[in-house]
Amino acid sequence: MLELEKPLAVSVSPHFRGTDTVQRVMFDVVLALIPAVIAGVYFFGARALWIVLISVAAAVGTEALLQRLTRKPVTVTDCSAIITGILLALNLPPAAPYWLPVAGAVIAIGIAKTIFGGLGKNIFNPALIGRAVLIAAYPVAMTKGWLKPLWWQGQGFFTNAVANSQGAAFDAISCATPLVKEGTPDPFTLGDLLIGKVGGCIGETSAILIIIGGLYLLARKRILWQMPVAYIGTFALLAALFGGARGLTVAEEVFAGGLMLGAWFMATDMVTSPLTGKGQLIGGILCGLLTFVIRLKGGYPEGVSYSILIMNMTTPLINRYTKPSRFGAKRSAKHS
Amino acid sequence: MNGRSFRGGVHPAGHKGLTDNKPIEKCTLPDKVVIPLQQHTGAPAKPLVEVGDKVQTGQKIADSTGFISAAHHASVSGEVTQIAVAPHPLGRKMVAIEIASDGSDEWIEMPTVGQEELPALSPGKIRDIVAQNGIVGLGGAAFPTHVKLSPPPDKRLDLYVLNGAECEPYLTCDDRLMRDRPRDVVAGLKLLMKGVGLTQAIIAVESNKPEAVAALNQEVLKEPGISLEVVRVKYPQGAEKQLISALTGCEVPPGGLPMDVGVAINNVGTAVAVADAVIRGKPLVERAMTVTGPAVAEPKNLLVRIGTPVWHLIEQCGGFKEPPAKLISGGPMMGVAQYSLDAPVIKGTSGIVAFTRHETVEESYEPCIRCGQCVAVCPMRLLPSELGILIENSRFVEAQDTNLMDCMECGSCVYTCPANRPMVQWIKFAKSELRKIAAREKAKQEQSA
Repeated sequence: MLELEKPLAVSVSPHFRGTDTVQRVMFDVVLALIPAVIAGVYFFGARALWIVLISVAAAVGTEALLQRLTRKPVTVTDCSAIITGILLALNLPPAAPYWLPVAGAVIAIGIAKTIFGGLGKNIFNPALIGRAVLIAAYPVAMTKGWLKPLWWQGQGFFTNAVANSQGAAFDAISCATPLVKEGTPDPFTLGDLLIGKVGGCIGETSAILIIIGGLYLLARKRILWQMPVAYIGTFALLAALFGGARGLTVAEEVFAGGLMLGAWFMATDMVTSPLTGKGQLIGGILCGLLTFVIRLKGGYPEGVSYSILIMNMTTPLINRYTKPSRFGAKRSAKHS
Repeated sequence: MNGRSFRGGVHPAGHKGLTDNKPIEKCTLPDKVVIPLQQHTGAPAKPLVEVGDKVQTGQKIADSTGFISAAHHASVSGEVTQIAVAPHPLGRKMVAIEIASDGSDEWIEMPTVGQEELPALSPGKIRDIVAQNGIVGLGGAAFPTHVKLSPPPDKRLDLYVLNGAECEPYLTCDDRLMRDRPRDVVAGLKLLMKGVGLTQAIIAVESNKPEAVAALNQEVLKEPGISLEVVRVKYPQGAEKQLISALTGCEVPPGGLPMDVGVAINNVGTAVAVADAVIRGKPLVERAMTVTGPAVAEPKNLLVRIGTPVWHLIEQCGGFKEPPAKLISGGPMMGVAQYSLDAPVIKGTSGIVAFTRHETVEESYEPCIRCGQCVAVCPMRLLPSELGILIENSRFVEAQDTNLMDCMECGSCVYTCPANRPMVQWIKFAKSELRKIAAREKAKQEQSA
């Protein structure tokens, strides 16, 4: 008679699992963000890279520290804090002081994520909370640090001194972003917006590279098409129908500012956006509508982050009304 | 992507190549068999024999105790040595009749129905033979077949579906039955159809079984009312509600039965058992099953006597080539993990899958990241992620309001979950907690009444 050497493992079915992991999901998002980071670094110099790295280190460090302090398992290897760090950095001006990403990351991870219970339990996108608090608390640092794209040419890629400077020296390399409300933006073309040769946040450069990252996430089934399509589509439609105050074309409005980054990478955050395709469609339409209202009818040059944060608040409500209809609830009529 | 299908589902690797080219082989007789009184959905059977009785193979040793119940028969000849609590493949120990084999395998005489008498057989007679021979569904749930053949008068049936999807990874015994015994599959189906007075039937086979399709096609061509439908390879294509929706577009309502949409459905193995019982006078004392997995030296499809202990099957397949870390009765998606090698094969056992430590999944899990994968794959269109979170927080009644009871525990959600969350475990737990709550309330009401 056959005997067992070791006890058998007993657990509830299924005994067969797919190979997907949370780490792999999050790592895919990190991979998809790399083209946007490269664009930011190319146009704004090594300074942008330092901001990204500081932001990531602060986000990961804050999470690890808080988990250590609260005696919880340290889960930074799941890569989710890396995403928050990168997204926060991409939402900062390239000439922001180096303490700014640290402050933002502590708020994003500490307040918006850990207090709510950590990964998966936060209501708001942590990076956007970080950005929103920074704008409210440090409006000058958040809105004055716009650098001309490729300003470092002739001074050296690693030059930092000028970007840190004040007055005339800084004025020579700074610029007004395409979405500026008062005054005129530095001249730009639609082509500049697509390849990213415009002033703005580190991640508000190349629309094409952001879309490539987004398409990668779509191909890997990490995001649903409904969110970016509904968001960008709704905004474009409203901009075309009702126009704006500042004489940009619809295409320029769509590709300028943070819309691309927001629609592909932040509104699609799985933790804070609706569960189903139908829900994502509604969430996307809501984001597009809010962005249009804030950006083109309000007094604020950009509206993407607040739109997404408001959409985050409605996610439980959207989920409640977009539940899939249970099997057999509708199509139970006897077949002919 | 070919063939009809249902909404949702997953695509686990099939691993059917280990056994799909191996014809069903007769397993040797074990020294003893252990036949649990409860092997089926419904009331347990009551023993008809006593310790010390001599029995012959095929002799009825336990009778059904109600309409939804089933009789059981001796699967070897020999002596009844014990009627006591014994290991059961579904986990909990249950009362079983133990028979020590005398090795002669002497069969009891049973009435048979000749080919020429078949057309004159009445539906009532077919139902009677099916019930007398202890036939239950061989796909897994082991629902007594005579009950399916007796729909209440207000339910009008118009289609019989024979389920040859076999969507569980690793299992190939249904595939082999269709390839090795296509004539009996169709003969059994015709008897089942006659049992409920139906003239239309579909045999559904997943498209990864071309040989089975070819073999059945030969037989089906001769039968005007029966057609063969190749369905898409997707798990759980063989779940009855999903298969019916793939074939007819109709969805069985929540809490309902296939008969609510006019369909009767059985597994191909059950059809073969019906043919054996009616034509050959053979009660359900053996079944085809797959013994497989990376830990098994020589995976096989075996014809096994009910009550054969698992260790005997493993020996029949050359023993373990690597130490087993997990042993599953049934398929890897819905089967039950065994804690010993002593549990017997019962009527619903479609396979034994032995995993080494490499295939044995780690049971740690992470928080839900609300990615929605489980919602996208759930064939019952539930919100597994939300159910999981509710149950994690002991909110059972809210889980019930979130359609918990619709869940058939197919495991697609857990299979796809990147956080490896054990939703099926929680759902089973919540269902049992809700049963307890219901029982408590009932007791309270009775007390106050």
